[in-house]
Amino acid sequence: MKYQTVIGLEVHLQLNTKTKAFCGCPIDFGKTPNSSVCPVCLGFPGTLPVYNKEALNSAIKLALAFSCQIQEHTKFDRKNYFYPDLPKNYQISQFDLPLSRNGYLDISSDGKIKRIGITRVHLEEDAGKLIHETSSSLVDFNRTGVPLLEIVSEPDLSSPQEAFDYLTSLKNVIEYLDVSDCDMEKGSLRCDANISLRPEGAKELGVKTELKNMNSFKGVKDALTFEIGRQTELLEAGQAMSQETRLWDAQKNETVSMRSKEGAKDYRYFPDPDLTVFVIDQEMVSRIKTQLPELPQEKMQRFMRDYGLSEYDAKILVSSKKNAQFSEDCIQKYPEKDKKTVVNWLIGPLLSEANSRKLNLYELNVNQEELISLIGFVENQSISHLSAKLVLTQMIDSQKPASLIIKENNMLQISDTAALEQIICDVVQENEKSVISFKAGKTNALMFLVGQVMKKSGGKANPKIVGELIRRRLTDA
Amino acid sequence: MDLNQLTAHELLDRLKKGQVVSKSILDSLYARIQAVEPKVKAYARFKPGDKLSLNLQASALSAGLPITIKDNICTEGLNTECCSKILADFQPPYDATVISKLKAAGSSIFPLKSNMDEFAFGSSTENSYFGTTHNPWDLGSVPGGSSGGSAAAVASDEAIWALGSDTGGSIRQPASFCGVVGLKPTYGRVSRFGLIAFASSLDQIGPITKDVEDAAILTRIISGYDPNDSTSVNQEVPDYTKSLGNEIKGLKIGTPKEYFIEGMDAQVKSVIEEAVNRLKSLGGAINQVSLPHTQYAVPVYYIIATAEASSNLARFDGVQYGYRAKSTSLIDMYKKTRAEGFGEEAKRRIILGTFALSHGYYDAYYLRALKVRTLIKNDFDAVFKDFDCIVAPTSPTPAFKIGERTQDPLKMYLSDIYTISVNLAGIPAISIPCGFTKNGLPVGLQIMAKPFNEEMLFRVAHAFEQNTEWHKVKPRL
Repeated sequence: MKYQTVIGLEVHLQLNTKTKAFCGCPIDFGKTPNSSVCPVCLGFPGTLPVYNKEALNSAIKLALAFSCQIQEHTKFDRKNYFYPDLPKNYQISQFDLPLSRNGYLDISSDGKIKRIGITRVHLEEDAGKLIHETSSSLVDFNRTGVPLLEIVSEPDLSSPQEAFDYLTSLKNVIEYLDVSDCDMEKGSLRCDANISLRPEGAKELGVKTELKNMNSFKGVKDALTFEIGRQTELLEAGQAMSQETRLWDAQKNETVSMRSKEGAKDYRYFPDPDLTVFVIDQEMVSRIKTQLPELPQEKMQRFMRDYGLSEYDAKILVSSKKNAQFSEDCIQKYPEKDKKTVVNWLIGPLLSEANSRKLNLYELNVNQEELISLIGFVENQSISHLSAKLVLTQMIDSQKPASLIIKENNMLQISDTAALEQIICDVVQENEKSVISFKAGKTNALMFLVGQVMKKSGGKANPKIVGELIRRRLTDA
Repeated sequence: MDLNQLTAHELLDRLKKGQVVSKSILDSLYARIQAVEPKVKAYARFKPGDKLSLNLQASALSAGLPITIKDNICTEGLNTECCSKILADFQPPYDATVISKLKAAGSSIFPLKSNMDEFAFGSSTENSYFGTTHNPWDLGSVPGGSSGGSAAAVASDEAIWALGSDTGGSIRQPASFCGVVGLKPTYGRVSRFGLIAFASSLDQIGPITKDVEDAAILTRIISGYDPNDSTSVNQEVPDYTKSLGNEIKGLKIGTPKEYFIEGMDAQVKSVIEEAVNRLKSLGGAINQVSLPHTQYAVPVYYIIATAEASSNLARFDGVQYGYRAKSTSLIDMYKKTRAEGFGEEAKRRIILGTFALSHGYYDAYYLRALKVRTLIKNDFDAVFKDFDCIVAPTSPTPAFKIGERTQDPLKMYLSDIYTISVNLAGIPAISIPCGFTKNGLPVGLQIMAKPFNEEMLFRVAHAFEQNTEWHKVKPRL
């Protein structure tokens, strides 16, 4: 039987606010354990939480970027469970009145645009970190109380690749908003997945499994792929599926059961009486909306419209906020009206430099003025395109200006006709056959002759001028 | 008369005029404590004959008028243990907002904390890890609770004035049992920051004093908006002493028919009726009013208060502070610490509250209780449309015998039948001495007003007090 895969993702995102969600402790992950803490985030008796307006702002900003409806009233709830990284033994979260609902994110998977629903975005506080040693465990509360957004998708994703593409697009949008550093390895972005299979065409959802413990986008994709195989086997064998939570083991490349539905926790959610229901100022929401930065989709459209980029090129350039910023700066600084040349440089030589170094475009540290100066050398035919690529490599390696590298390597093209005539004279004499062929109308022969001149000049001859000189010499004679 | 027998406003006046120094006030308090504390046991950690440690601590005191603080209000560097084993030896690293305000107003914090029912769970101060407090009017009777230590200390002149906390009557009921003045301010009037929470949506800190003027002075000192408490209200604090000395002629005073019912002690009834007649003779327009949902107050309270308490007390787990049982694993530590650290009543309430919030029961209990709470509040709103205040007994009985109700939690819970509605509605109420039973036990008159109208309470209470002598009678010890 053929099965259809149904996937929904739950993303937890640490916000990069200056202070924690419910107290004034600065957020600084580099610090020594338990140094960025106070009686409030340590849950000391008698302390009370006060919500961080900056976190609320960031949350609204993000929700708006995904076209969510911001609720008029919202509240915080307590999620009760005992764990040593949770000093109050409850987490301040949002249950039945989340900050926002009903958004979406468009992803392009396999060249098609697909709209993925976002069920809700809500604000909560992060827990601390446990460090397990051989005979004991240590707790670091620096992370306790850091504002966390939970972004829950609809079960609209139908393959591990789509889940991967969703996460990539989600991360890209979040980077544009500058509300989080989105680093999955550092744990500032975490993802759990719900997956179930159902016979193709069936309307009812199958029994789902919740997957945890993936620490990269690839891990999410791999875990989902494994799970499709495991669930398909069970279904094929006619075995009953049970709802459970499974942990991804990246080393063994498999998921392992953690707890069944029967073992599911009762979190006893109830409204946090320390934080009363509050009204979200709709004027503030409108203000945040007008201040939203240009998002990747819009930027891509504009690049295509304003700079004549193809969709393919534009998509590459906007795939990260900093790359887009770098590219656009280059494009704007480029003095010519037609931006095609500079765009070709960005998605050509620069991108391949970046790829071979496993870096982002902006991380190449290429000085934008120098890049434009380098393009200028090529455009006015002072150096060849080939040399220019070498100059670029050296610019990245040595951070020297383009002009200096050209000078040091004696790369300026020979455009002086007198000097070139001497070389051409030699080449014509040495290649009689080709001269005859050319005269017989074979244009390929000219290319060969130009190539010979280039060789003799050590690559410095200006090929255009050389071609013109040879043609003139041979047709005049 | 010894200095410790004077009221705070009398002493403040003498301090101001230079007629007395705070050292002599402290000396008189110590002498009194040495003499009667072994009988009353108003303080949590008093050891008979332990003069040295008292004096040592006294040397750290500032020059102001000393104030006695209930053991659940955080005082930096002073034991704050909620009279529970689980918080044994806990010294908060910070002052509650009310303590900071008192210090700023020149008060000195008395180094011994007053006794209370563990975590304020009780109506008799019998549920204290440090033992039972005795009623100064009859050492075989309870002082009421949970602020029984504060009330007994003020009544026996072991304190000049004191702070208590009131979640369902914990200031007013002991004030009534001990023949002193006790006020529960409007919810949000006084910051809860630093008050170790019992039920966050009901708790308020308030004064326990020898007369109404002291209550007015102390309420003003501790009131006001606190950015550290999201539930405190940003509303100006009036000078409550200006409410004193005004006549009450023409004030519309309601007596709720639901409060004058069977089960009310006959002597209490006649004392209250006499007090109401006194108000009438002072020009008050007395009329019967109805608070139709009164009968639901106790069950609603025991659902909401225990639900919140079950979550608030989750943090006492032995991880960071307080008592930690010897254990073999994390779960073992949680279980043993809480089993050994909490008293019976605390356990009963945690279990009740956990049940009320559990999956499948939440709607039937907690949610329904919240709805009925609104109905109870609406009852008061309706009455206050036409009436300036409501008067009623504070408690249906005078102080009962020690041990009389400890085996019957329900009977104990009914001690608060007249005080609980006020907390559910969030309104302010005061209890003032209004007479004695034939056995010489004090009876309290409760006056209630609409939110943020403490001025009305002081005006009516003071008018009554000025025309009676009950507050001047002292227990013979």
